[in-house]
Amino acid sequence: MGYYFKTKQMSVGYQGKPLIRDIEIELDKGEILTLIGPNGAGKSTILKTIAKQLKLIGGVVYLDKNEMAQMSGKELSRKMAVVFTEKLKAEMMTCQDVAATGRYPYTGRFGLLSKEDAAVVREAMELVHVTDIRDRDFNKISDGQRQRVMLARAICQEPEIIILDEPTSFLDVKYKLEFLSVLQELRMKKGLTVIMSIHELELAERVSDKILCVNGKYVERLGRPEEIFRRGYMKSLFGIETGSFDEESSSMELQAAAGKPKVFVIAGGGTGRTIYRRLQRQGISFAAGILFENDQDYPAARALAADVIKAESFEPITDALIKKAKEKIDCCESVISSKSSFGTFEKANEELLRYAAETGKKVEILS
Amino acid sequence: MEKSRTYRYIAAFVFLGVGVVLFLALNIGIGSVRITIPDVLRIITGRKTDETAAKILWDIRLPRTAAGMILGGALALSGYLLQTFFHNPIAGPFVLGISSGAKMVVALVMVFLMGRSARVTSMDMILAAFVGAMMSMGFVLLLSYRVQGMSMLVVSGVMIGYICSAVTELVVTFADDADIVNLHNWSLGSFSGMTWDNVKVMAVVVAVTFAAVFMMSKPLGAYQQGEVYAQNMGVNIRLLRIGLVILSSVLSACIVAFAGPISFVGIATPHLVKKLLGTAKPLLMIPACFLGGSVFCLFCDLLARTILAPTELSISTVTAIFGAPVVLWVMAKHKKEKAA
Repeated sequence: MGYYFKTKQMSVGYQGKPLIRDIEIELDKGEILTLIGPNGAGKSTILKTIAKQLKLIGGVVYLDKNEMAQMSGKELSRKMAVVFTEKLKAEMMTCQDVAATGRYPYTGRFGLLSKEDAAVVREAMELVHVTDIRDRDFNKISDGQRQRVMLARAICQEPEIIILDEPTSFLDVKYKLEFLSVLQELRMKKGLTVIMSIHELELAERVSDKILCVNGKYVERLGRPEEIFRRGYMKSLFGIETGSFDEESSSMELQAAAGKPKVFVIAGGGTGRTIYRRLQRQGISFAAGILFENDQDYPAARALAADVIKAESFEPITDALIKKAKEKIDCCESVISSKSSFGTFEKANEELLRYAAETGKKVEILS
Repeated sequence: MEKSRTYRYIAAFVFLGVGVVLFLALNIGIGSVRITIPDVLRIITGRKTDETAAKILWDIRLPRTAAGMILGGALALSGYLLQTFFHNPIAGPFVLGISSGAKMVVALVMVFLMGRSARVTSMDMILAAFVGAMMSMGFVLLLSYRVQGMSMLVVSGVMIGYICSAVTELVVTFADDADIVNLHNWSLGSFSGMTWDNVKVMAVVVAVTFAAVFMMSKPLGAYQQGEVYAQNMGVNIRLLRIGLVILSSVLSACIVAFAGPISFVGIATPHLVKKLLGTAKPLLMIPACFLGGSVFCLFCDLLARTILAPTELSISTVTAIFGAPVVLWVMAKHKKEKAA
């Protein structure tokens, strides 16, 4: 049974009181595990327990087949690096100084850096693209830069496994992607195993080999992204009450406008989302149709429209459906269409547009 | 970058070294009887000269100057350790009430032993001071778990200091007349009346402590970055914290036992030295702080002896004048950085 990292009935918590029990994690070398769950659900508690910052309340944790409780601090420091949310205090230190502190487990009695150490530091800083700020004061750089320097520091430790608590939270989109790319690169090149908590669900879905869902009491699910990102699951995990999250497209929508639909929106192929969202911002309830279930606009329509007239994917639109859509238009005050000309398989929508004009509805055609 | 830094470190150490030598010379030479450097050299090397000058030099000035150098360094170092321990830039043995705690127990022991006309040895004094220092440290530690923020910690320390000082005053007031003069001078802080025996004991204690602190410089550097990250580096935080408490208390105790409580050297010196070095690395800060403390104390003692000669000022009067503004500067800087 060759899992690189494994927990058996691990219980975590504070002051001997278990917060989450019976956590079972199994990771191969080079796998990326992310923890997701609402604020305060215990993600940090789990990470801190794994990193031995908190006392293990129950169970056993194995790293490379060794029981972690038996490993000395020194031994562990050469295998595991951490990047936590606690700010690293760095008085009068440049970014390079901070990165170099990662060499601690390898330096001698007085912590002096050898030529080899210096080379490792240089390489690590290049890998996360902070070489140009190496002489800047660590306290006077941006959050994004700081996070990357922290990663460089962790890389200097030459770890086999890295524990990160919300590493991407303060990064802009460019650096979020870059940060995760570096982790992937390290996994490819050095077989680095990664355990991290992350708030950006869309990133969690993309980067993770496995995802652990924590809800504050127990581990709800552990599995591959496609097993976790099932319709409606995030709503229940996070207890989403206003707005919605669509697991298939990893996108979220704000709370839909209440009330009976006043506008009927004809769109498709990705042209509708902007209209739906504009109406949501204006607080106008609307109906959307006719949309194929596999249309790009469909997830947003489902989240935002009071009613969606949907057609089965890859099937012709039936007359019954057209009739239903027309009835819906009758109830609306106006119709908005994202297009004036329609393709062969959406002639039904052309018919709807004509119908709206004939019945004297206010028709707005965009584009 | 690395090169220019190395030059800066070397320059800083040369500056501090020259400062120590300069003030050693001034302290030995200047006083009610002026002794020139050639005379000093002649007396030390044993070539015959003026009897009184030799006596003043050997029995008074040399031990006093040596004590100023050793205790000054110890003070700065204990301040540095406390600042590191509490992650608090305005910690020091005096403001945290550690000096006053040591003073109180020393006063109690002295009055008790003198009352029975027993002899009080240097070691007795250090032990008594150590007990007192640990008592205050214990209180401060307990409070530090309950109060957050650097100013609250210092307020707690100052309060402990007041309580201990009040008890000391009480004891001194009720002590026999002959002792009072002695005790009173000492309880204000002074380097006067040092003997070679004193100097020998303090030199050994401080040297051993200094070596122990210096050997801890690597884990201390990791500890400065915060417990979370130090722990991940394999530092045994508990052990390190215990070490810090004991070593800083030993240093504080040694100072109080011989010179009484001395204010502001412990807080101010580490900041001045840090500014001079341009780094907070313990490996460099530990020796540099020691030298800086020596310079600071020798300078202040020189002023204390000479400004109103033949009347002598208490050393804390002088250290406060030069040290307190540094503390204010540090606090202002800290506030500004927090706001930024």
